[in-house]
Amino acid sequence: METLLSNKTQRNRLVLAAAIFICLAVVPAVLPMFRTTLIARFMCYAIVALGLDMIWGYTGIMSLGHGVYFGLGAYCMAMYLKLAASGGGLPDFMQWSGFDALPAWWAPFANPAFAFAMVVLVPVVVSVVVGLLTFLHNIKGVYFSILSQALALIMSVLLVGSQQYTGGSNGLTDFDTILGAPLSSPVTEVVLYYVTLVALIAVFALCFFLVNRRIGKIFMAIRDSENRVRFTGYNTAVFKVFVYAFSAAVAGVAGALYVSQVGIITPAEVGVAPSIEMVVWVAVGGRGTLVGAVIGALLTSGVETFASETFPDLWNYVLGLVCIVVVLFLPGGLMDLPRVPARIRAWLARSRFGAPQGGARLTPAMAAEEGVSVGAALAEEDYAEPAYRDAGGDEAGGDPLAPTAASGLDEKGGPR
Amino acid sequence: MVETFIMQAFNGISLSSILFLAAVGLAVTFGLMHIINMAHGEFIMVGAYTAYVVQNAFAGAGAAFGLYVPVALVLSFAVAALVGAVVEKLIVSRLYGRVADSLLVTWGLSLVLQQLARSIFGSPNVGVTVPGYMEGSLMIGDIALPYTRIWILVIALLCLLALYLFMFRTRFGRTVRAVMQNRPTAAALGVNTRRVDSVTFALGSGLAGLAGCALTWIGLVGPSLGQNYITQAFMTVVVGGVGSVFGSVFGAGFIGIGQSIFEFLTDASLGQALIFLAVIVLLQFRPKGIFSVSSRSLEDE
Repeated sequence: METLLSNKTQRNRLVLAAAIFICLAVVPAVLPMFRTTLIARFMCYAIVALGLDMIWGYTGIMSLGHGVYFGLGAYCMAMYLKLAASGGGLPDFMQWSGFDALPAWWAPFANPAFAFAMVVLVPVVVSVVVGLLTFLHNIKGVYFSILSQALALIMSVLLVGSQQYTGGSNGLTDFDTILGAPLSSPVTEVVLYYVTLVALIAVFALCFFLVNRRIGKIFMAIRDSENRVRFTGYNTAVFKVFVYAFSAAVAGVAGALYVSQVGIITPAEVGVAPSIEMVVWVAVGGRGTLVGAVIGALLTSGVETFASETFPDLWNYVLGLVCIVVVLFLPGGLMDLPRVPARIRAWLARSRFGAPQGGARLTPAMAAEEGVSVGAALAEEDYAEPAYRDAGGDEAGGDPLAPTAASGLDEKGGPR
Repeated sequence: MVETFIMQAFNGISLSSILFLAAVGLAVTFGLMHIINMAHGEFIMVGAYTAYVVQNAFAGAGAAFGLYVPVALVLSFAVAALVGAVVEKLIVSRLYGRVADSLLVTWGLSLVLQQLARSIFGSPNVGVTVPGYMEGSLMIGDIALPYTRIWILVIALLCLLALYLFMFRTRFGRTVRAVMQNRPTAAALGVNTRRVDSVTFALGSGLAGLAGCALTWIGLVGPSLGQNYITQAFMTVVVGGVGSVFGSVFGAGFIGIGQSIFEFLTDASLGQALIFLAVIVLLQFRPKGIFSVSSRSLEDE
């Protein structure tokens, strides 16, 4: 097996990621301040997407509740900012709810070091508890997805419901300073922009490091055939809890960066719909590629902003249709675009040779299709991956008896 | 004391009946095809808007206005089933075997359908007038039980009966259960699994439409109506067990009554959080739901 950095696919992805980061680094110099803050927001989304790619793209666990961890990080940060803005007094919404003293659990957040630690710790603790409760008892697959979605619902309901502590559906806003620096000054904004960029690069590097290690291989093995991994003697629950907590911590950091730049966090940004949208970023960009997640988040939210500025009504159609088209016809996301011509050629070749019609449906899910496109792609290029499933790139052309891309999706769905 | 108890019990049962209607179609299609249909909530919305349109059509009918209810019930079912059939043909049939993908695609679909409703009917919520014979409440001593909720309970029970007869007393129902248990074997024995899938998906969507029609009597109709129920409907399916009609009854009862109790004891938001905790605790013992179909296969979604 090749060492991973000499692997062409991985190297290409690194180059692509580096190009994106360089582009992002020059943004404050060329774009007006308003746009710069906007792009900083997109970078926060990209950080969440990286964490989600680790858990979904690499480990195969679809979490529909990462808005919760994004929100926990954001609220921890917002509590600090709010206390900083109220200058030792009581936050405004608490005065309106008739409090005369700060609740005990709010008080420590006046200390920035404590708040920054909580940004990571709270998501990690919550995710470890949720992860242990679910993964240890083998609640997996769809069941986990639905539970995580319910978690997002509960989170937003609780935030709205406990108005006196969280500001209710108005969220936390009206911030003033961060670490003594005024939030509205351009210098602070540029500094925060670069802090976000550095965080994005650091998270990317950490993810890249992890997936190219032994632990990354175990993640992918869990995704492709969890039972095999278990029978080989690994306790998969531990790895799943770890990757869940890791992505939660990453989401928490992103949330904290988000709230300090956008200046508001509301329950609407942590509920069910935003959580699913986070997964959509990864799907659009290309799961299991890391750089795809970054591209997906930047591009989707970029287009969203553009579309909702120009045609506010059309955005839902666009997002919905993109979601449908990409997942149906391009399961590897945008990262899979270069292979589309080869796929079309394979498809044409097959229909020319009179593949059985009707019975064999032309869907990417079908093992037959995967087989053909892999064959064609291998013929066209010197090296290719079978599908997004083998995202690490190091399994291509490996054991032909191993569960293939299609079977990794659902063992039952094969023959029909 | 007794009054509050009866009132809470009735609230719980009423919520359960709504959850059952919203979830049972989901449970069957999920169990049969292993498709997570996030657009199921939008089928509820389609049914609700159908009822709204039918009601408007009857608005000038004077004394015959009350007759809109049966028409709306039938049409809600039919329209939602039709939309479901089209969706199955165009989208869902391409997704077999891709559970996570089906979730994303149907979520995209739900966005499109919601926006479509917004474009056609406008964003503000609309109301449906309840006919005279459904107004008011049944008085038992000091307890007022709204007739609309009793009607919904009756409709849910009738649906349950019809589903039971369909699943366990007809030939087609037997093939549905066969495909659910073991698709390849059923196919090998000559069952047209494609047809079973299409028909069942349409039926499940139609049941969602019925739920939507019923919801119009107790609340407003809006483009995001389905979103309010979809997560709870999924929880119902998970608690009860995928693919089981009786599982849906149990799940709906568990969540509906449990939530009413918790909300009574605490408050609305904490109640929802507590019922979520209860579901997680329950799943510790039965990870695949109470009425899960036992299977010997190792890899089981």
